[in-house]
Amino acid sequence: MEIVAAALGFLGGVLAGLFGVGGGILFVPTLVLVLGLTQVHAEATSLLAIIPTVLVGAWRQHRHGNVDWRAALLVGLGSVAGVEGGVQAARALPEDVLRRLFGLLMLAVAANLAWRVLRGRGAYASADGRA
Amino acid sequence: MRLLAIGVAAGVFSALFGVGGGIIVVPMLVLALGYGTRPATGTSLAALSITAAAGAVAYSLHGDLKPGAAAIVGLPAVFGVVAGVGLQQRLATRTLTLGFAALLAAVGVRLLV
Repeated sequence: MEIVAAALGFLGGVLAGLFGVGGGILFVPTLVLVLGLTQVHAEATSLLAIIPTVLVGAWRQHRHGNVDWRAALLVGLGSVAGVEGGVQAARALPEDVLRRLFGLLMLAVAANLAWRVLRGRGAYASADGRA
Repeated sequence: MRLLAIGVAAGVFSALFGVGGGIIVVPMLVLALGYGTRPATGTSLAALSITAAAGAVAYSLHGDLKPGAAAIVGLPAVFGVVAGVGLQQRLATRTLTLGFAALLAAVGVRLLV
């Protein structure tokens, strides 16, 4: 199963590079469904896997002149204030509720991606550089 | 100030779901602050490195981290992100995006049932 997990990890990275996300939207379900982690352990582990992914992604984007480092620092510092609340909430929720919420999140992201592409403009569709 | 507020929202969301928070950060930079798409994705990636590190540390204090599993998905992802950034600069990604949407929807349904 490790090879399946690694392949999905690669795909998560592609997603990260294309859309400026961390890849966790694929890492978490991979860790749960393929490697058998609990939802909370998968979410924690996903965050660790995201770190090298986004560091390399940011470095590649920097070479294209696409990183506003001051803004990134401010957003990043703000997020430090928010994470403990998120961790507490995730650990307080029942495992199956958290897993189903994540499933709903995936459907919402899928719908959002499809909507933006089919509408032909917006934040994600213009990842092709033309919109 | 708005950047810090975006960060707080992204931090809660990131830790709650174990994702980076880019789902929040990219649209906020585009819609609230007028960033172009590629600067928004690049800036988001840089910000998420801090968010994810903070979240990983917070979870590690509870003993929830599985470093071996993180390496299995995270190391291939490093190659994936290089490919993804390259694709973003050159190719029309419409079909690829729809493919990802279908994949996410399928896995989302699997988690729900």
